[in-house]
Amino acid sequence: MLDASEGYTTEDGRKIGGVVMEMKNITLRFGGVVAIQDISFDIREGEIRAIIGPNGAGKSSMLNVISGFYNPQEGEVWYKGAKRPPMKPYEVARQGIARTFQNIALFEGMSVLDNVMTGRIRQMKAGMLAQAIWKGKAEREEVENREVVEKIIDFLEIQHIRKTPVGRLPYGLKKRVELARALAAEPSILLLDEPMAGMNVEEKEDMSRFVLDVNDEFGTTIALIEHDMGVVMDLSDRVVVMDYGKKIGDGTPDEVRNNQAVIDAYLGVAHD
Amino acid sequence: MAQSPQAAGGFASIPALLQRNASAFGSKAAYREKEYGIWQSWSWSDTEKEIEALALGFLNLGVNEGDFIAVIGRNRPYFYWAIVAAQSVGAIPVPLYQDSAAEEMAYVMEHCGARFAVVEDQEQVDKLIEIQDGLHQFEHMIYIDPRGMRKYDHHKLHQFSHVQEQGRAAHEEFIGDLKARREKLDYSSICVMLYTSGTTGRPKGVVLSNRNIIEASKSSSEFDTLGPGEEVLAYLPMAWVGDFIFSIGQAYWTGFCVNCPENADTMMHDLREIGPTYYFAPPRVFENQLTNVMIRMEDAGRFKQWLFHKFMAHARKVGPAILDGQPVGFMDKLKYGLGNLLVYGPLKDTLGLGRVRVGYTAGEAIGPEIFDFYRSLGINLKQLYGQTEASVFITLQPDGGVRSDTVGVPAPGVEIKIADNGEVFYRSPGTFEYYYKNEESTKSTKDEEGWVATGDAGFFDDETGQLRIIDRAKDVGKMADGAMFAPKYVENKLKFFPNILEAVLFGNQREECTAFINIDLNAVGNWAERNNIGYASYQELAGHPKVLETIKSHVEDVNRSLADDPMLAHCQVHRFLVLHKELDADDGEMTRTRKVRRGVISEKFEDLLGALYDGSDEIYTTTEVTYEDGRKGSISATLKIVDAAVSPVERAKVAAE
Repeated sequence: MLDASEGYTTEDGRKIGGVVMEMKNITLRFGGVVAIQDISFDIREGEIRAIIGPNGAGKSSMLNVISGFYNPQEGEVWYKGAKRPPMKPYEVARQGIARTFQNIALFEGMSVLDNVMTGRIRQMKAGMLAQAIWKGKAEREEVENREVVEKIIDFLEIQHIRKTPVGRLPYGLKKRVELARALAAEPSILLLDEPMAGMNVEEKEDMSRFVLDVNDEFGTTIALIEHDMGVVMDLSDRVVVMDYGKKIGDGTPDEVRNNQAVIDAYLGVAHD
Repeated sequence: MAQSPQAAGGFASIPALLQRNASAFGSKAAYREKEYGIWQSWSWSDTEKEIEALALGFLNLGVNEGDFIAVIGRNRPYFYWAIVAAQSVGAIPVPLYQDSAAEEMAYVMEHCGARFAVVEDQEQVDKLIEIQDGLHQFEHMIYIDPRGMRKYDHHKLHQFSHVQEQGRAAHEEFIGDLKARREKLDYSSICVMLYTSGTTGRPKGVVLSNRNIIEASKSSSEFDTLGPGEEVLAYLPMAWVGDFIFSIGQAYWTGFCVNCPENADTMMHDLREIGPTYYFAPPRVFENQLTNVMIRMEDAGRFKQWLFHKFMAHARKVGPAILDGQPVGFMDKLKYGLGNLLVYGPLKDTLGLGRVRVGYTAGEAIGPEIFDFYRSLGINLKQLYGQTEASVFITLQPDGGVRSDTVGVPAPGVEIKIADNGEVFYRSPGTFEYYYKNEESTKSTKDEEGWVATGDAGFFDDETGQLRIIDRAKDVGKMADGAMFAPKYVENKLKFFPNILEAVLFGNQREECTAFINIDLNAVGNWAERNNIGYASYQELAGHPKVLETIKSHVEDVNRSLADDPMLAHCQVHRFLVLHKELDADDGEMTRTRKVRRGVISEKFEDLLGALYDGSDEIYTTTEVTYEDGRKGSISATLKIVDAAVSPVERAKVAAE
């Protein structure tokens, strides 16, 4: 195992830092159903970490544990070298963890720009009255935040839909807007819940490029859940494989690809 | 006014004009580009500094006089600066189409032997890296957008802003050299090399001198009284001569502002925000805009629709006359003014054409309805005729002399002659110097006296004195009685009807003209739906008696308008049929760019062509078709042959005698 404090350099020359988040023996139950059973893994700074597994393996539950939506019954979440107490999702967000959703969760009636601006809420500190009058601090803040948002709009190439209500957009673009909103929070860890689900090949290629570019340009640590094996193997540095709530593999894409337990889980195995 | 006989106003190059602009209009905006949601702008004096820094950077990289520098990207101020910076150091800029495939780019890069390239982003860098093994002279690449570029080997790869920084840092060292090179530029130095699109054979590098560009820009700017206050939107490919003339030639000559859209998809928004005063678009753009307006009007409320149609009818009646300054009754004027307040003004604003003082379209024939629509709104849309070899301008329509079927009077300084076969020749100060490394083509295109063959057939209209282009010269034939046969002219007239997608006219060496017609499935299908006409297939719809009746009325309309035209009256369509299948590139009936292949069609449908001339009422035929996956099948149908009424031609002749 690599030392937690040291980093390494990937083949294509990206620097991966030390462990930023660690899941220790996480178990999550819903009544009698065990969604996650005694899973441990870590996420290193600057890496693209994928969580894969067949349907119902517990991937989304795992992501929800990271984002603070679920609090596990057993186990500990360590973030930036400290144990994280049970938290509400907004508290987790404040710590610099942003996410996108499997079923897009945008404000349909609002424009793309306004949706992305909501990602900056953490950075807006002016009081309600100041916001309403829109003078002084509120105005300054708006301008500063708009600048950040515009850079993200430029980065994700969605300038042409800046003023379009989200409800009118096709699915692939909505996904991109959601990514923009998550990025607007300038997260240190970005959680992507099936970013390519329901996309055609071209949209997947675009999205993959954006994920790589985000990681490369902003150095954002990315944890993603994905179904499409091809995409996962191309994008990620390390992969956790889950099946029936258990971890059955962990390592580089190559290691995982040759892992017998993983092959069995994906291709099925004869029960004798 | 003392004017040197050599150079217009003593400014013999674009860099010289830049310096004049920087001192004459220092603080006025020269470039704007929308980025991060707001319009960033650069004044003429900023521009001069940016260009100087880049030119010094070029010297620092070792650009020699006479080197070729490729410029590849969408319209951005940085590329325009790169062009002028290249000129300043005595190099020759070669703008290329950024969307061309790697092999096409490889040919052009190899042909001109470019040592340097200024490109936009990772995509273009990758494309050039892919082909650079075959390019022996190619050395350095300069990119604008650093995104994704960190991991590349930067020995021969430079970021645009770094090149400028290095140039600024080396100011002392190179400024003397830069000044010397800039002063050496004269009227005969090469201004730019532009590659013509290669529809026939390989692309050719058209070499244009400062004389060509500056003279053409000067005379055309004077023709339309363009001044430093104009605003243009630069959105057409930089490799196209039109953009070079509008965004560099005329912009530097008059000192007006060039605005660059945020990206290709935002062009329509940006057009509205800028509200250009001088605007060019190919007919296709105007057509699409009009279609959008009409579709959105159909969704509007009853009252708005009524208002729109009522005032548009009035605009059609008096709008063009008002635009041309002809006398119009007081009440009509009043009503037009009211319409302007309620309909035309807001509509023009929505289209982004509210401030257009001079608008041009060219490239293809524009439908008269489309043309009139814009003109009736009070938009001064005109036509011009030009080509790369002429530095654009051959003819232009003057204000007050605009018609949809002519292309205007010879541009100032341009001489035109019509050869016996109808081909148009011109000679002008804008006429290109030569084709690069292609003496043979130069000779066959431009004769010793400087006359250039356009390859188009046309004639001067008696009534207006304007040039009319009828067809490509090689397509024009003769009918049996010796009269001119100009198929494309008639086909275009037919195609202006939304119901007609394609038309093929026959009549070369024959007594009378006949035509094959393709219906437009969208337009006719839509009409069928609204009129409760059921149909199961394209073929059934195409053979429906009511459809035939409609098409017949269109053909007869065309015949009537042709009859008014003594040159082409005998090209009226006597008989036609509506084809049972769409002409398709997969079946070899059209080229990939949707131009009909006359030869293939008349061979393939020989039986149908025979029936058009032997007087039969209908014909049974079987045609082979190729599906998209390459499988072949056949369809058969019985086609009705329809006689169309023709207007008598003799009457016009008699009246003329």
